[in-house]
Amino acid sequence: MATSISARVANPAATTTSDAIVEVRDIGKRYGDIEALRGINLEFERGKLTTLLGPSGCGKTTLLKIIAGLVPATSGDIRVNGKVVTGPGPERAFVFQDFALMPWATVLRNVAFGLELKGIGLAERNRTARHYIAEVGLSGFEEKYPHELSGGMRQRVGIARAFAVNADVLLLDEPFSAVDEQNRRKFQEDLLMLVEKERKTFLFVTHSIEEAVYVSDRIVLLSPRPGRVSQIIEPSIDRSAAPDVIRRDKGYLDVVEEIWQGLRQYAE
Amino acid sequence: MKLFGIKIPMMTALLVWALVWEIVGRMDVIFLVPPMSAIISAGFDLVATNSWQSATLVTLRSFLTGMAMAIGIGVPLGIAMGRFKIVDNIFGLWVNMFVSAPLSALVPVLMILFGLGETTVVVTVFLFAVWIIVLDARAGVMQVPTSLIEMGRSYGASRLTIFTKIILFSALPEILAGIRIGLIRGVKGVVIGQILVSIIGYGELFELYSRSFDMERFWALTILLFAAAMLLSAAVEHFEKRIEYYAGAR
Repeated sequence: MATSISARVANPAATTTSDAIVEVRDIGKRYGDIEALRGINLEFERGKLTTLLGPSGCGKTTLLKIIAGLVPATSGDIRVNGKVVTGPGPERAFVFQDFALMPWATVLRNVAFGLELKGIGLAERNRTARHYIAEVGLSGFEEKYPHELSGGMRQRVGIARAFAVNADVLLLDEPFSAVDEQNRRKFQEDLLMLVEKERKTFLFVTHSIEEAVYVSDRIVLLSPRPGRVSQIIEPSIDRSAAPDVIRRDKGYLDVVEEIWQGLRQYAE
Repeated sequence: MKLFGIKIPMMTALLVWALVWEIVGRMDVIFLVPPMSAIISAGFDLVATNSWQSATLVTLRSFLTGMAMAIGIGVPLGIAMGRFKIVDNIFGLWVNMFVSAPLSALVPVLMILFGLGETTVVVTVFLFAVWIIVLDARAGVMQVPTSLIEMGRSYGASRLTIFTKIILFSALPEILAGIRIGLIRGVKGVVIGQILVSIIGYGELFELYSRSFDMERFWALTILLFAAAMLLSAAVEHFEKRIEYYAGAR
């Protein structure tokens, strides 16, 4: 059983891939005297799910927000589809840790909001929104308000909104950290299904090692103060196996253990 | 409310107190407290008089003008203070000083500035109501979650769109709460202003009744005013609740 899973530790210097959709070139970020990120060089392959993993304070969320164009970098640049980005763009969609839903708007309007901002007509954007609401398993909740939903359901709304704008790259900032444990597992499984189905590039930030190993094609380990790339791991998990089988697999557990060994020096 | 297993309507407590008042009034302890029934019948007489009707018209006009100014200036100023540090620095100190200042003391000065007339009353209403409206609008704008604004930016909203579609809606519950408290303060303002000016509106009537010891009309007018203030606040509260329903997730 363990043969289906193996981890390949890639050399951080040799990260060039043939089909990079997002390129991070020598990114550094300072907040006053504090250096949050230093010399980050990464390439993210099209159609893959890459996780940025690290202890708190390693700048993983900052890096994701720089890629999103929400936070300016102090040095270096970001290219998406070969073009340098200076701000947010339609080819990237962001999923927020605290969901960032508008409490005064229904699920339908929240999901359609990205399209509304693009100036797409009501009928068309509602049709698209309904499709993605069904996709994330929220059919029947279109007219509900966010506070009528559980945390997990709210984040499904956030993900549906990101899918609805049809971006190439989805940036997820600790999307499951405000979701309780049972729903979180279900959510991870559903996410993998959506990754399979939607064929998009996912950049995923988390501080959960298990979550990272379970969902990722590639894991970028960041070390803190200042944030640097310390290791890149490719779990290469056979996704066709049942979730419970994967979670009990020796190879899966070995990768989790290996990452923990790499990170434990940063734990207090 | 339930008493001995029987459901009792909300206003029952009020009836009990009215009854106590009636009894005390009939005992003729003090001329200041006439029986409730006499006050109520005086109230019906009062509403039919010309002097009451014109006084009400003047009062309403001053109140509405003052409130319109307070909302029209207070809400935009509060929003500007919440959005721009410089505006906050310029006005912050003054707003915080005036919100807790005993404004009644200023009315005599206003009389010198604006004369013994409606203008003074309008300015009094404005000064009573505006500061809390400013502070609440400011608080509403400042508590808009950063992630909601980032959400707007990441989906390509312009600064103006973020303002009109996210910030304004997000701040609406606080803005309305400020307006509700402002309305109540405005009622105080209109009465205090009129009493101090004492030759227009309800101020004139109060002055007249208390000088001639017409306690029945005096109380009738007071109760009418209280009821009007409570109704006004209840109306805004009702509207607020509908808004808060949407804002429940925050």
